[in-house]
Amino acid sequence: MLLAEGLRHAFGGVRALDDVSFTLHPGQTLAVFGPNGAGKTTLLKVLAGLIRPGGGRARLEGGRRAVGWIGHQPQLYAHLTVRENLRFWASLYDVPDAQRARREADLLARLDLNDHADRPVRALSRGLVQRVAIARALIHDPRVLLLDEPFTGLDRTAAEEFRRLLAEQAAGGRVTVLVTHNVEEGTELATDVAFMRTGRFVQLAPRAGRTAAEIADAYRLAVTGG
Amino acid sequence: MADVWRHAWLLARKDLLVEFRSRTAILSALVFTVLVLMVFNFGRDPTAVAAVDLAPSILWVTFTFAAMLALNRAFQLELENQALDGLLLAPVSRSSIYLGKLMANLVFVATVEAVGLPLFALFFNVPILHVLGPLLGVIALATVGFVAVGTLFSAMTARTRFAELLLPVLLLPFMIPPLIWAVLATGALLAGRPLSEAAGWLRLLAAFDIVFVTLAFVLFPATVNE
Repeated sequence: MLLAEGLRHAFGGVRALDDVSFTLHPGQTLAVFGPNGAGKTTLLKVLAGLIRPGGGRARLEGGRRAVGWIGHQPQLYAHLTVRENLRFWASLYDVPDAQRARREADLLARLDLNDHADRPVRALSRGLVQRVAIARALIHDPRVLLLDEPFTGLDRTAAEEFRRLLAEQAAGGRVTVLVTHNVEEGTELATDVAFMRTGRFVQLAPRAGRTAAEIADAYRLAVTGG
Repeated sequence: MADVWRHAWLLARKDLLVEFRSRTAILSALVFTVLVLMVFNFGRDPTAVAAVDLAPSILWVTFTFAAMLALNRAFQLELENQALDGLLLAPVSRSSIYLGKLMANLVFVATVEAVGLPLFALFFNVPILHVLGPLLGVIALATVGFVAVGTLFSAMTARTRFAELLLPVLLLPFMIPPLIWAVLATGALLAGRPLSEAAGWLRLLAAFDIVFVTLAFVLFPATVNE
């Protein structure tokens, strides 16, 4: 379970989070849409514990060990190979060797990285690096996924495979918070949808079968006023 | 505590592997060491000051600035792809991160010193074999304190705009006492004076290590929190 209660945070005089509250249960995926500077990344960082909020509290079942994070940067070491990166991060999460080998093989295959597994990350294209970042985030089988614009750089095939992976994670009871400025990207995965502007949730509701086009219309109305 | 050391070792091993692959900092530090020793060798008047009087200062100036190159690199490496956020998110204590960086930096600086010391003996025609044990003791004691404080300041300055300038500005004032003690102890040993004459300096170096390793260990978590 993921709980956010009255989260507030400011950077200097700029309010990044203003009374943000929600609760997510296993299997739920919250898609947070908002323009640049709406506070989406700050929200994820607060949920992950990377930023201590100025007010309110975030509670995440399982603590830091339970979090899988995909951010703007891949959090990979450019001089290490894809496999070495995955092994390093798995070792920090104390993933047993046998389990790690299974997850590693599965993720490399699912993300079509087998041919690149022994290449250094610095030799990979932007899209491939993003796939490795996804594998890195999932290598320890996290229960909560915090995803910041995770589709950036992915081609159509990789994006579809990633959507399937996320759908499987949700079906397996994982909680996901996905933030993006692109309404088309996250809609079909979401069970709940929030629109964010200047640090506030201006709307938070179940997706209730709405299509991407309907969500996009609602977003324009709520965030841009038309 | 076992987890702290295990995670620290994983981090140190990763840092050393990255450095082994990139050879960025180690090559810079080694070339710097050779060049400084050569410049001092050719730039001094051997008839004015005896080599044995000048040599200890030159040795420690060289080691100090060569080590600075390594210390600057320690946390820059983690910022390249925001890997530091990944480390802070992982179920790894901040103390492990500090110890891992300290261990890797110690190996790095020790490598530079292992190359620099014979070159120093060669260039300055200073016999060191008869005092090699105590001399290595002095170098080890001074290096531990230096690297412990340097690792802390490296974490503090890494996210600033002028990290490479700021690190020496912050670090060098703290280094003045141990450098004085190291130079005096090295001078006494190279001049063939009994070890008991250097014992006072060695005790001061050991005290500096204990105090500053403990302080750095305690203060480090505050330097990496956002």
